[in-house]
Parts: sequence; C-alpha cells; structure tokens
Amino acid sequence: MNGLALSDEILMGIEKPARYIGNEVNMVRKDPDKVDIRFAMCFPDVYEIGMSHLGIQILYDTFNRKDDVYCERVYSPWPDLDKVMREKDIPLFSLETQSPIKDFDFLGITLQYEMCYTNILQVLELSKIPIYANERSLDDPIVVGGGPCSYNPEPIADFFDMFYIGEGETRYDDVFACYKRMKKEGATRHEILHELSKIPGMYVPSMYEVTYNDDGTLASFEPIYEDVPRTVTKEVVMDFDDVHYPEKPLVPFIHVTQDRVTLEIMRGCIRGCRFCQAGMIYRPTRQKDVKLIEDYALKMIKSTGHEEISLSSLSSSDYECLKEFTYFLIEEMGNQHVNISLPSLRIDAFSLDVMKKVQDIKKSSLTFAPEAGTQRLRDVINKGLTEEVILKGAMQAFYGGWNKVKFYFMLGLPTETMEDAEGIPALCERVAEAYYDIPKDQRNGKISITASSSFFVPKPFTPFQWAAMLDPETYIERAHHVKDTFRQQLNARSLRYTYHESYVSVLEGVFARGDRKISKVIYDAYKSGCIFDAWTEFFDNDKWMEAFEKNGIVKEFYTTRQRDDNELFPWDFIDIGVTKRFLLAEWKNAQQEKVTPNCRAKCSGCGATKFGGGVCFERNSQKQGEA
Amino acid sequence: MSEETYNIRIKYAKGGVLKYIGHLDLMRFFQKVFKRAGVDVAYSQGFSPHQLMSFAAPLALGVTSEGEYFDVQMNSLISSDEYVKIFNEQMVDGVYVKDVILLPEKAKKAMSIVAASDYVITFNEDNSVNKDIKDKVLSAVLHLLEKETIEVFRKTKKNEKVEDIKHGIYKLELKDDSIYMFLAAGSEYNLKPDSVIEALCNEAGVEYNRFDYAIHRLETYYKNEDGELVSLLETGTRIE
Repeated sequence: MNGLALSDEILMGIEKPARYIGNEVNMVRKDPDKVDIRFAMCFPDVYEIGMSHLGIQILYDTFNRKDDVYCERVYSPWPDLDKVMREKDIPLFSLETQSPIKDFDFLGITLQYEMCYTNILQVLELSKIPIYANERSLDDPIVVGGGPCSYNPEPIADFFDMFYIGEGETRYDDVFACYKRMKKEGATRHEILHELSKIPGMYVPSMYEVTYNDDGTLASFEPIYEDVPRTVTKEVVMDFDDVHYPEKPLVPFIHVTQDRVTLEIMRGCIRGCRFCQAGMIYRPTRQKDVKLIEDYALKMIKSTGHEEISLSSLSSSDYECLKEFTYFLIEEMGNQHVNISLPSLRIDAFSLDVMKKVQDIKKSSLTFAPEAGTQRLRDVINKGLTEEVILKGAMQAFYGGWNKVKFYFMLGLPTETMEDAEGIPALCERVAEAYYDIPKDQRNGKISITASSSFFVPKPFTPFQWAAMLDPETYIERAHHVKDTFRQQLNARSLRYTYHESYVSVLEGVFARGDRKISKVIYDAYKSGCIFDAWTEFFDNDKWMEAFEKNGIVKEFYTTRQRDDNELFPWDFIDIGVTKRFLLAEWKNAQQEKVTPNCRAKCSGCGATKFGGGVCFERNSQKQGEA
Repeated sequence: MSEETYNIRIKYAKGGVLKYIGHLDLMRFFQKVFKRAGVDVAYSQGFSPHQLMSFAAPLALGVTSEGEYFDVQMNSLISSDEYVKIFNEQMVDGVYVKDVILLPEKAKKAMSIVAASDYVITFNEDNSVNKDIKDKVLSAVLHLLEKETIEVFRKTKKNEKVEDIKHGIYKLELKDDSIYMFLAAGSEYNLKPDSVIEALCNEAGVEYNRFDYAIHRLETYYKNEDGELVSLLETGTRIE
C-alpha cells in the first residue's frame, strides 16, 4: 500500500500524479479522529489553479490554527482521472489524509469565476454527495460556498446548503461553534441549517422562498421563518493588521500558476470603475501596515524557499506606502536572489525606475488598461485614465528604452458606439506615432503594440447591473470592425489586435445575473458532459445551448435585457455596504457621462462607511461625506 | 561574494509518495530546500539568477531510491554533518539527505561519470501478483544469464527495435523473495531495470505488467582509476 487513495497503477497512468498526493512543504498534519470538525476546502478547478489561490491559503491557515478543526484540501480531478474514478467507483478524497470527502463535516467551495459551476457538480458527484442540497442527509457534509460569485449565489443556490457572504476570516468560529452545539443536541440537518442562517453573513438558500412575476422577474424573496434575517450583510475584516495571514503557505512540488510568495498589501479599491464588481464588493479599501508586510515578506520567503514574490491587491499604485515597500523588497530580495513580480502599476517615474531594476527591459512591456477607446466612454465607465496620461507615461518609458506596449480594452460597454470602438485603434496608433516622433538614436528599434478586447459582462453590485449586455452577433461585428480599422492605421505593422470569443462571455452573462431557474440548466449541461468549461479545450457551447433549450430558459432574459430602475434583483437580499441607491445614482451618472471622484479625493457616500474603517476614515473628518 | 566556489555532491534517498514527483520538480524542491536552510548557494549571473545544480542519473517516475546524487556549487562551506542536519530539517516525508561530500577542484560532473546502478525488485503487494507468476519469474532469475543473448524490445525515439541487453547486466541474483540486479548506466550504455524484468517475464513465459513490480535503486556507481565500480560517494571527501 502506498497510503494514497489511488493505486500505483492509476497514478502512473494519469497526467501529473503529483496533483493528487499532497505531502507538500508546510502541509498541515493532524489526526482527524482528534478534531471536532473536519473541513474540506475545495477550489473547483485543477490543482495548479487551485493551489495558486491566496484565499484558500488564508483560510487553510486560519482554520488549522484551531485545535478542534482540521482543514484539508481537494481540487477537481482532471478529466483523465475523472474517467478512472467513475469507472472504478473511487470516491473523491482529500489531499492531506487521502480520505473520502463525504466523511467531512463541511465541504467549502470557493467560487472565483462562473465557468467553474459544472466542476462543483463534478466534485459533489465524485464525492457521492447528492448534487441537490435538498436530497442530502445528516451523513453528508454541509456544503458551503464563498468567494466573489457568492455575491449572486442564486444560479447555484440549489446545490449549496449555505453561502458565506463576505470575507472568510471573521465568522467561521461562530459557524463551527453552532455546528458543534447542534450536532451534540442531535439536531436534524434542517435544524442545523436554520440555526446557521441566523449567523451574520450566512445565507442558507433553503430558508428563503422565491416567487416570480409573469414576465419572469423576481416578485419576492422572503425568509420562510420569522427568525431568519431578510438581508444578509457581507462579512468584512475591519482590523486588517490584526488578521491571520499565512506565514507558512503551502509549497507545491509541481509548477503551479502562481509559483511564488503572494503578499496581500491592500483589500478593496478606491477607484470606483463602474464595470468592476471587485471595486464595489470589497469596499471600504483597507491597507496593511507597511512594517507588517515587510516582516511577512521576510518570513514567507524563509518558510517557503520561493524564488519569487508578488503583491496582491486591486490597483496597487493606490497603496500609500508602495514606494517604501517596493524599495525595501528590491533591497532585501535582491540579496536573497528572490525575484519581484510587479503588479501592473500606473506608469510614472517611480514605476519605471522599479521596472528597470527588477525586469529586463528588452523582455518586459508597459501595460495600460484604458478599457475604452474614447474619453467619452471612459467617462461613462468612470475609468480615470486619460489619453494624455497614457501618452505621457508611454513617452517616459520609450525614452527609458521600452518599446513594447500592451493595452486592455472591453467591447460592448453601455452606451458604446462605433466611434468608441474605432477609438481603440486610434489610441494605439497615436501611441505608435508618438514613439516614432522620438529621434531614431534615442529610441530602441521598432515599437510593438498589442491590444486586446474582452466582451463586457454586466455584474451584480455594480452601477452596470441594470445594463443590457451587447448581443454576441453585434459584439463580433464590432470586434471585426475594430480589427479592420487596425489594419488601416499608418503603423498597422506595429499593431496587433486580438479579441475574445463571445460564447463563454454570454454564459458568464447569464450566470452573473441569473436566478434560481438557472440551476437546472447547469445540472443538465453537467449531465450531458460539460466540465472544465473555463478550459477552451473542454468547453462545448452546443451542449450548453441544448441545456437552455431543454429547460425553456431564454438566455437573453438575463443578458441583453435592460433592467428597470426598480427591478428586484435576485441578489438584493445581500447588503454589501454600498447601497442600491448609490449604484443607481452611478448608473445615471454613467448615462450622463459624469465622472465620480475616487474615495480619497472625495467621499461620494456609497454606504461602505457603515463598516467603520478603511479609507472612509483615513483622513479623519474633513473628507467624509455622509458619515 | 568571493570568486571561488566549491562543488559539493549530495546523496539522498527518494521514496514514499515522492516517487510520483518527477526529476525536474525534485530539483525545484531542492532549490527551495537550500533557500529555507539558508545555505550559501552560488547563483548564476543575469536578470534571473539560478542555482548551479546538476543531477547524476535521473530517476524514472514511480521508482524509489536510496542512492541518488546531485552536485551544487556553494560560495562557502559548513561541515558534512551540519549540511545533512540542516537539509533534513527542511525535508518532507519520502526524501532525505544521506551524506554530503566536497569534490576536488575540476571534478567531473556526476552525470558524465555515472557507469552503473543496482536495484532491488520486489513484487507489488497491492497488485496481488499470483504465486504462479512470481515463482516463474523468480526461477527465471537463476538461468537468464546463461543464455547467449537476452533480447527485448526497446523503444528509441524513432522506433522500437530488438536489442541484446546481456552486456548491460553485470549481476542478476535472487535475494529471498526479491531480485537484485546490477546494471550499466550512464552515457555509454544505459539499461533500465524495466527491460530486465521484461526479459525475465519473456523467459518465464508470463505477461509483463510494470505495476506488478516495485523498483528500488540502491546505489549509483562510477568507474575509478583502477576500473572498479564504486559508489559516487567515493568521488570526494567528507567536510569536517
């Protein structure tokens, strides 16, 4: 026996057996018989993706610090192993103790992107846990969802016993205590879930009843018991310097997507881009003390032996001690032969100096994310970046020796016209022309500009939650037109343009703003063979279309329909601090092309002050709006 | 940093679930071990400096060993005992460092001098090899070398061909219920234990299934000045 859930023959017959054996450096070992709660933490994608996720590392560490809890990991078996497990009837197992997931008290699944939904069903089915929550018994683990997609959990609500809404660090003690108490009292599964639903941040779908209007929109969303809260307020860490951070993260044997120490420096974003969900749901912006993260950086390099370190946050340039911290890293990490992987920074003298120090200019490129091609549309989406700023930053970089530029855009933004779309090649062309204005002896050969567009998907809890998504045919037409326009530019030979396919974005559009009716579609698509939908080699659009048809679900109801100002949304029962009133005002501002200042420039009264900290209170009193 | 570097040779064992970790991943594992242990490894120059390491004889996935080697350059030295101690504080289950030696200046790379390896082959318990097969294979061990040629199919990059492997088998013996084999290895002629097991199965008239056997490497050898095959550990001296 090899002590593993899989035999030698199976492991040697599949790709990358190291995905399934655990035993990594810093893996936590406990005796499962000596803890009260066994928690299986799942990232529903392949090991290399799941192991790169910071949130799981944080919760793995937080849970395992508790004596009465043992948190283990599980990832989606790759299709090669999936097949073997079904053929040989092998139940899905945890990496640490290699024991069946079904024996755990909790199965926690992180929801990072919509296209992992069928993988959730795969994990449940391989674990031999009933896919639908209402078919589970006391013997099955409590299946909990968390992460960004849980801000609209409705399309997958039927598969989960509970969702933890918000940041995971705060409330699990209460969840575990409640579970232990109820188990001891011999409570039924329904009673346990009822009790859990009263804990702040917990959403138990089975405790709510949903009704619809004749037009398919939501009519009501009500708790079935009086003591179940009508709204669920997101959990948020307010003492950001005093929260656990994994000083000894797991170190995988095989190459994973993020093979480095990841250091979170800030949570939330002050910018308020109107398309961005993360910018709203993680409010208020909280920064970590620079001395604290310096200390973490040293400890984590020591405990892992990693040869690279990267910073994690939204809009890192807004971290106020970034300069101090970056120069500290360059100094300390340089001595230890540790590379620094820079987040994308606003291009200015500081970032260029840093880039010069840590990257090879010949290989690195400048990155800009204007998201839209014209200033008009950038005002609509509240993206502060102007053409002047782009040109100024680019010129500085060109004089410094750079000659590669990357641009990120979106197509299909609300109010977008052909002129806005044509603004994309026009902007790239002007940057190329500016480059060739530089005297030949002061520039570094030919310029190369790469631009790419993704298909905009309106997300819940953004000002664009009311917006219609563009239909895929028009999107593709527009993308073709942009590509043609690129070819007509003077410097066409220096410009490259790519755009994303439309199919996956359409599905994301449905899931992002979907309701409970969507779960049947996901179930049927899975049953017809859809898994690993986030992987182009496995994505099968036809099967998805069949699943929609079979269930009589019209995609366009969820995607291209513009919502009324007063429509009740499936996710309205969640309170993220930022109010619906503020989002609606922002939706109106967008239509009037009115820009809203960032949180540090001026408080716009979004509602996140109610959490009592972060950027809302950074400057003491004078800049707080309604607080 | 001083200009001078020292070449040390590390002997380690790899077993347990680590047999599913490939050769390159194990190298990355050791690079991180050195960083965690805080030893004074020498780095290459340039924008992405890397540690200067080279392995002796890559071990196939699924094979365990107690005689693996690699070389690494150090800027400064501590004693062999200290190395062994601090490296082993950084190990995971399945891999541990057995010894560390200092190589003489201008020593050849381990990879270029490897000449032989020996193995012990046992029957996989959880694959329930039937007793008949086991007996037949074990008895084939006794007379395989009596044959004039020992032919097996060997896969090359281009095709499969029949090859006589007899000259690569230095020893083939029974040890209780297991098989001991001493085989040519390295750049001159490299014979995998799998091929010998296959030849034994052919001889015994039973079907060859790789997973019926657990392959374990015992030691890696080079040819010394006297033409004797001796352990790679003899290529240098312990650091006191």
